[in-house]
Parts: sequence; structure tokens; C-alpha cells
Amino acid sequence: MSETMLEVRNLTKNFVKSLDLAERLAQKLGSNIREEVVHAVDDVSMAVPKGSVVGLVGESGCGKSTLGRMVAGILTPTAGEVVYKGKPTGAMSPAERKQATLQIQMIFQDPFASLNPRMRVKDIIGEAPVLHGMVAAADADDYVSETMRRVGLDPDYRRRYPHQFSGGQRQRIGIARALAVKPEFLVCDEAIAALDVSIQAQVINLFMDLRAELDLTYLFISHDLSVVEHISDRVVIMYLGRVVETAATEELFHAPNHPYTQALLNEVPRLDARGRDYKPVEGEIPSPLDPPPGCHFHPRCPHATERCRVEVPKLREIVPGRTSACHLNDGT
Amino acid sequence: MTAQGPSSPTLEVRDLKTHFFTKAGVAKAVDGVSFTVGRGEVMGLVGESGSGKSVTGFSIIGLVDPPGRVVGGEVLFQGKNLVGLDPAAMRKLRGNRIAMIFQDPMMTLNPVLRVDTQMVETIHAHHPDMPMADALARARDALGEVGIPSPDERLKSYPHQFSGGMRQRVAIAIALLNKPDLIIADEPTTALDVTIQGQILYQAQKLCRETGTSLIWITHDLAVIAGLADHICVMYGGRVVEQGPIDDVLDHPVHPYTRGLLGSVPGHNKRGSKLYQIPGMAPSLLHMPEGCAFSPRCPRADAACAVAPMIAEPVPDRQVRCQHPHLEEAEGAGA
Repeated sequence: MSETMLEVRNLTKNFVKSLDLAERLAQKLGSNIREEVVHAVDDVSMAVPKGSVVGLVGESGCGKSTLGRMVAGILTPTAGEVVYKGKPTGAMSPAERKQATLQIQMIFQDPFASLNPRMRVKDIIGEAPVLHGMVAAADADDYVSETMRRVGLDPDYRRRYPHQFSGGQRQRIGIARALAVKPEFLVCDEAIAALDVSIQAQVINLFMDLRAELDLTYLFISHDLSVVEHISDRVVIMYLGRVVETAATEELFHAPNHPYTQALLNEVPRLDARGRDYKPVEGEIPSPLDPPPGCHFHPRCPHATERCRVEVPKLREIVPGRTSACHLNDGT
Repeated sequence: MTAQGPSSPTLEVRDLKTHFFTKAGVAKAVDGVSFTVGRGEVMGLVGESGSGKSVTGFSIIGLVDPPGRVVGGEVLFQGKNLVGLDPAAMRKLRGNRIAMIFQDPMMTLNPVLRVDTQMVETIHAHHPDMPMADALARARDALGEVGIPSPDERLKSYPHQFSGGMRQRVAIAIALLNKPDLIIADEPTTALDVTIQGQILYQAQKLCRETGTSLIWITHDLAVIAGLADHICVMYGGRVVEQGPIDDVLDHPVHPYTRGLLGSVPGHNKRGSKLYQIPGMAPSLLHMPEGCAFSPRCPRADAACAVAPMIAEPVPDRQVRCQHPHLEEAEGAGA
């Protein structure tokens, strides 16, 4: 395997809703109000090899976006560390850290909310590279034009505002903004979920072209398995804050190991599955405020045993390059 | 027009036109849409944003608000034309014989009323004489039918106490209350997670098979339609550009737009291969291209496309609106 670009080790993020004064008083007086803690990401470790695309898949509330934000440096982890190019971000000098933060850029889901509506496109794209001294202010205009051309936008539109563009074009502006600081690692958080099918195809193609041209590495976060299957080299499946399975894309889609992955793959609507009989997984996704004990998936799992209700399964290697967190694998 | 089968279809839409008269001009959101839905049949209505698929649904059920207006065509529901029907008669049908499910269940549910209140209200609107106990029993049964656990207790809940998937089930249960003959579902699973979407699709499928209810499933997701529908209508720029049995259309698309759409779906392509890109963007409804609306983006377009293509039926039960359809595909399907 090639060198590791980015690694997260035992990364954890808790969101705590702390008590206000009245609640603290009530607690002192003996009511059973407690702080609410959401374990958004719970002891996650994974690695992204250089030049690859790792797909991070999960349903709402599984912590995939929180993980992506921690990787991009937008959120601070509660515990654990993000290791970029072999060096933990916590141990970096301020200058190194700034460099690392610049090299990891993020592309967001909502192309309407992630662009400042009161800035012109040339400023949205050009502000960061000028500020960071990558481009002289005098050359900014040319640089913006070049970046826009790279993502398939007409540079003549650089004096326009975001609302004058369609959804797909706006997503391209977001991509151009990320590319403008010459990143090496892109975190795409549901970057194509809000787009129409034909526009989705354009943006997926753009991601693949950019990968080849600029030698980029991606963490591609999505709930859409068919997109992830198409674009990723490796897939990481998350459920309620934990990684349940990781594998090379082909292996995972060919023979999913974890019962949750199997259920997920079964549910994915496919073009070639006509008039199918749906056999859905039972049950709801539990609330991350109060996750079930043991294996998070056990209340919905058809194979759950007593052990699953008590003991948290460890994510372990089942075959080389492939990990799964399920007690069932111990039997064999 | 399509031939009348031995049993007349539940719904027949003929040349439906719904236009929006805005200050900026007339937006022809639906411009000559025709299709039929048989009893117990699932019709998939597919298109991208702005293709007019939702407005078609709203037009059928008579929920188009000004400045929009149905300006032409017929909507024959069990042989009766709903276009121009007086509001009182329409109200009798709506929620009773024809029901609608929306993308956001909170559009259907009143946040300040308990679920039982809302459900009983729906029943009493059409069966004013039904005793309260019977109405509640029916509400409970409907919740049970859509797979809500412990329906007796859940009847007493407020909508915010349900999760997104459960809320959508409540909305579906309400649509089912009066055992309608036709349900129009407008992107009902788009906001839901994959496993929850599977559960809803399972319920929808069961419903059509068991009760003979017809279903119009409006979505942008071809893969969902593939698993669920019997027939498919592909819409573009306010028109149905291609329709037919699901297998034929998806395996042997005739219209260049359908082909482009299928080519751009990731699951349909080899992993890592380049997806087909339909060049350009969907046109604005206010400035529709002359003639065929797809022609500016179409690889086959030529001078003939300046004239709006008529509906052709290259093989029985398949319709296409194109000057240059890929007919070799249709013949392949017929063979």
C-alpha cells in the first residue's frame, strides 16, 4: 500500500448540552436532570492513502460529517488525533499547522448556504490565496480566471454574485474556492447530494478529472452508495458514531461482511433491480443521545446474540486490508 | 390516444397543460402531458427539477395555486373529468378517492394537533356519520398497516414526537384512511435514509398489490422507480418525452434525454469510468427553446428539431416525443 496521507487515531467527539442555571439548581435539589452528551464520533480510527478516494458512508446521525469536519480542522476533537502526513496536528508548530490546514480543504453539501451571498465570485475564490500570500493581489484576477476555467466555469462571470448561478455552477464555485489554495486533500461532505442527476454526473466527473490532474486525495462523505461505489477506492461504513466495516470498494460491494453493511447494500435502489420485493431492515436508527449498549446495531440485527447486547465488538482485521466490527466473525 | 383496455384505467391524463402566469412571462410548467394509470398499477414519474413532474401531480388533484392555472386538457379519474370540476365536488374526491403524499410530511401534518385528532378529522370529512369509536379504530388500523409499532399509543402522540421516517408513515396512513383508488406520492422518500426508504417502499408496494390502489410515484431517482414501478414517464421541460413499461424504457431507452439520464447514473456504469454528461443545463421554464425543449443539449439535434415533435408510438405501449429517436433500441425491446 502506498504512503498514508491522513490518518485519524481513536478520534472521539462528544457534544455536551450543558445545564443552565435553573437546571443546575434543580439538579442540586435532587431532580434527575443530567447533562446530555451526544457521542457523535466514538473512537474512530482510519487511514486515507495518498492519491486515493476513501468513501465514508452512513445514514443520518452516524457522525460522518462530524468526522469530516474534524479532519478538516473545523471542529476540535474531544479525544484522539488527526495525523496528517505522519505528524499529529496537535504536535505541529503553528506554521506547520497553518500549512496543513490550508492543504486540507472542504467542500460542503449545500451550494446555497456555503457561499457568502454578498461577495462576488472573484472574491469568494480569490480572497484566500491572496490572504495567504500565494498570489499577489495584482495577479489575483488571472489566478481566479484560471481556477474558474479548471472547474468548468466561464471566467467572464467572475464579477457575478452566487445567486446568479444555478445549483451545479454554485457547487463548482465551492470547488474552485477549495482548489484556489492548492490543497492536497479534499473533504467532500455530501458534495453532490443536492444536485440533479445530470448535474451530479458533471460534478462527479469533475472530481475524477481533478484527482488525475492535481494528484488530489479525497475523503468522500456520502449517504449515496452508488456514488461512493463509483468514485471510491476504499469504503468506510459508519453506524452511530462507530466504524463498522472498512474494505476496498470492490470487496465490500461484492461480499459485505457486517450485517449493517449487508442491510444497507440490500436497501440501495438499483437500476437493474426491477419489480423487486423489498425486505427492509426492521427498526429505526437509534438516537445518538441514548445509543443501545454493546453493538449499536444489535436491536436491528437479525443475527444478534446475547453477547452483542453486552459487549462492544472491536473493529478487527478479518482478511488483510479489510476490517469489520462484528462478533460473528469470531466464530470462524 | 391510448386504446381503452377491457377495464377502464383509474386515471387518464390527456394533453394536460398547466401554465403559471407570472410577471416575467408565462411559465409552461406542464405543457401537454398524457398518460394512463391502470388499477393497482405503479406509475413512476421521473424528471429533474423544473421538469414539471410535481406540478403534474398537483394538477391532477386540483391543488395548483394562482398564478398557476390548468389551461387545457383533461384529467379523467374513473372516467370523470376533474378539470373544471367545482371545488365542492373536488373536495369530496380529494383525501377520499384520491390522496397525496408530500416530500415533507410536516406539510401534511398539523404540528399542534395529536395524530388521532388529525386522522379522525380526515375520516369525518368524508364520512360525517361514522361513530367516533369506529373512526379511531380505523385510524389505528391504518397506522398498523404502514408498520408503526404499538399504534394505540402512537395515536395519542404529536407529530414532533415521531422520527422523520415514522412521520412519513403517518402521512401515508392518513392518505390510506379512506381507502383511495389513487395515491399521488411526490418524492416521499427523498428526505429519508436508505434503510428507512426501503421500509417505506416496502409498504407502498404491499399496498398496491393487496388493495389494488393505483400509485403515481414522482421522483428524480431512477433507481427507486426501477424497483417499484410498472410504467415510467420521463419528463423534460413540461412534457413527457418518453413513456412505457419500466423494463423496456430502462433497458432500451429511445429518447436521447432518457439515454443521457441513464448514462449519468453512477450505479449503471463501470466503477471509476467517466459518467456520461448531458451537456448544458435544464432550460428555464420562462425561456423554453422553440420546438423540442431538449434540442440545445441533444447530440442528435438538427434543423428538424425546431418543430416540436409529436408523440409517436414506435412500438405498442411505448411513446416518445422526438424527431430522431433511437428506434433500433425499441425494436430490440420488441424482439
